[in-house]
Amino acid sequence: MLRALKLEPEKCTGCLQCEMACSFENEGIFNPAKSRIKVFTFHNEGRFAPYTCTQCAEAWCMQACPVDAIVVNPQTGAKDVRADVCVGCKVCTIACPFGTINYSQDTGKVIKCDLCGGDPACAKACPTAAITYVDADQTGYDRMRAWAAQTANTSRVQH
Amino acid sequence: MGWTKKILRVNLTDGSCKSEPLNMEWAAQYLGQRGLATKYLVEEIDPKVDPLSPDNKLIMATGPLTGTMASTGGRYSVITKGPLTGAVACSNSGGFIGAEMKNAGWDMFIFEGKAAKPVYLHVENDKAELLPADDLWGKSVWATDELLHQKHQDPQMRVSCVGRAAEAGCLYAAVINDLHRAAGRSGVGTVMAAKNLKAVAVRGTLGVGNIKDPAAFMKATAAGKKVLAENAVTGQGLPTYGTQVLMNVINEVGALPSRNTRDVQFEGASKISAEAMAEPRKSDGKPNLTTNAACFGCTIACGRISTIDKEHFTVENKPEYWGASGGLEYEAAWALGAATGVDDLDALTYANFICNEDGFDPISFGSTVGAAMELYQIGALTDKETDGIALNFGSAEALSKVAELTARGEGFGKELGLGSKRLCEKYGHPELSMTVKGQEFPAYDPRGIQGMGLTYATSNRGACHLRSYTVASEILGIPEKTDPLVTDGKAGLVKAFQDATAAVDSSGLCLFTTFAWTLDNIAPQVGAACEGDWSVEKMAEVGERVWNLERDFNLAAGFTGKDDTLPQRLLKEAAKTGPAEGKVNGLEKMLPEYYELRGWTSDGALTAETRQRLGL
Repeated sequence: MLRALKLEPEKCTGCLQCEMACSFENEGIFNPAKSRIKVFTFHNEGRFAPYTCTQCAEAWCMQACPVDAIVVNPQTGAKDVRADVCVGCKVCTIACPFGTINYSQDTGKVIKCDLCGGDPACAKACPTAAITYVDADQTGYDRMRAWAAQTANTSRVQH
Repeated sequence: MGWTKKILRVNLTDGSCKSEPLNMEWAAQYLGQRGLATKYLVEEIDPKVDPLSPDNKLIMATGPLTGTMASTGGRYSVITKGPLTGAVACSNSGGFIGAEMKNAGWDMFIFEGKAAKPVYLHVENDKAELLPADDLWGKSVWATDELLHQKHQDPQMRVSCVGRAAEAGCLYAAVINDLHRAAGRSGVGTVMAAKNLKAVAVRGTLGVGNIKDPAAFMKATAAGKKVLAENAVTGQGLPTYGTQVLMNVINEVGALPSRNTRDVQFEGASKISAEAMAEPRKSDGKPNLTTNAACFGCTIACGRISTIDKEHFTVENKPEYWGASGGLEYEAAWALGAATGVDDLDALTYANFICNEDGFDPISFGSTVGAAMELYQIGALTDKETDGIALNFGSAEALSKVAELTARGEGFGKELGLGSKRLCEKYGHPELSMTVKGQEFPAYDPRGIQGMGLTYATSNRGACHLRSYTVASEILGIPEKTDPLVTDGKAGLVKAFQDATAAVDSSGLCLFTTFAWTLDNIAPQVGAACEGDWSVEKMAEVGERVWNLERDFNLAAGFTGKDDTLPQRLLKEAAKTGPAEGKVNGLEKMLPEYYELRGWTSDGALTAETRQRLGL
């Protein structure tokens, strides 16, 4: 079963624990500037939104890469960047419609979310469950449940 | 290690920005942030210096856990000699700039001298330079933040700056960071403006990686976060209600100073409480509270983000105030509300927005307005002095108007900006100023919470709740319940809280964690990050050392034990209602015992033995 990161912006408080967890897991350092997940603040509206790669099935970044440095990880479904192959041409950063793959000037390669090999640090660090790691086919089920609750307004027992 | 071991020394007179190594010998004694920066200040300035002269220095300091994954590890403090009090000033703020300083590779910025013309400091990792700020001078905090982000085209850059209140000489001006987080008290912003330093803009991409034992650190911080999540106050109360959860509680126990502290209960308390903030308004169907928000790394998220009703008289036809912004915390709601008798929640929120927009302390401001209202009521102030504003207790219109005037240093706002001590002295009633060492006390009446009397009287930065929050014990029962109406045992309680607080304030963590954490939870996190011994005992010792260092500075600045007192109203006029009815504060019973426990003389001075014991 593949799992996916489920992001629920309405639960996010903007604390950046996810960004630190991500950079610590991947770079061994607390550094939001090196995080593959980013939290954006919309100050005037009082909203926060975490955002990262959604691991598109037919990933634009993977299709665009001229040296096949981006490959599907069969265990996680993540599109992983093979740093030893990446030449840092940044074509993938242009191809990605969501901006979730980015260049790292320290290494001369691109970096993106790889789901931490199947145990994403951001989800573990999030204090409000705004980021969870769930069955990839069921990311919408909580929302369905909420709507379902509104439709089931009459108990069968009463009939 | 935790520290970056690097200080940026900025000489505003000659325009230089120089890197220097952090004094690690001092770091082992004072940890960081409040403690370590105070050590630098004490070593580098004359305690008798005029706070607003170029000879005073201003330090922005992080702690060793700032910028790490420790919950709430995003704090920084602004340390200087304060113009409101003439005492050491140390104001702590959250938001994001502290972590950004660390990510840029700096433990502290030390500002000295005075720039010939307005400047701002721009820091991008190792690169630091002073740039002209002529176009920013005269602008609010919010406008300055926006202009700097536009100029540098970097949305991730973090800004601390002063607003028009500081420029106009308001003595309780704050340094505001990230639009609405404040190093709020004692006029640290006034000192910054007096140096012609408008703003500090920081971008850091280096990260914080110098952790002594990363595996132990992750384990200790995860354990700490679990404790915060499972605690009723930090896990539920604060994220849901914010510090405003206290409004009804403190009113109930008869310790809510109201209308310039003539009363200890406010009949309008429920209208300006956390519960009221969450209630949909009758007018537009939306609640005042939009959401809660976290500072950097904080898993509590007590911050309030509020929105004012567009039709409310304060913001009618002013769309710049229609968006969401920093909402009321308890102290601000008390000062702007109970202290002035105003129970209009959106009006208080507006006044709070104005305090953030132009950078001044809502506690000192609200308390000063309360004093002015009493002066107006007894006829010591008239419409002639108030620019025609009918400064009646309970007037939301008057509150909004004087907030605007104080923000810009205009008319009667200029006088309010000098604080209640100077205002009440000028108009012949010094006894009506609710201050200690020149600083307004906050939202707890020492007649109803006896320990807070000793807290205010002995606070090193003038009256303050954040130096020993005995409310935790006396009202909330944390770590154990004591009777708020008795003085017995309070000297020891105050000392223990003062020392532990000074240690927390030196670490990079937020004091609010201590609703759930004790030093037992904090020491392992510091110990895993920092080289050296950071046991619970060592942390308490550091706290005691910091406290005594601050005290010693104040004594050298000219304060004596005689200044460890309270306004006469708290000592002579009994509480009229509530559980504390008939009571005054019993400071005289607590103070001698406190001096003794501190190892001070009966005049409140450090003894030679105490100095030696603490290595001062």
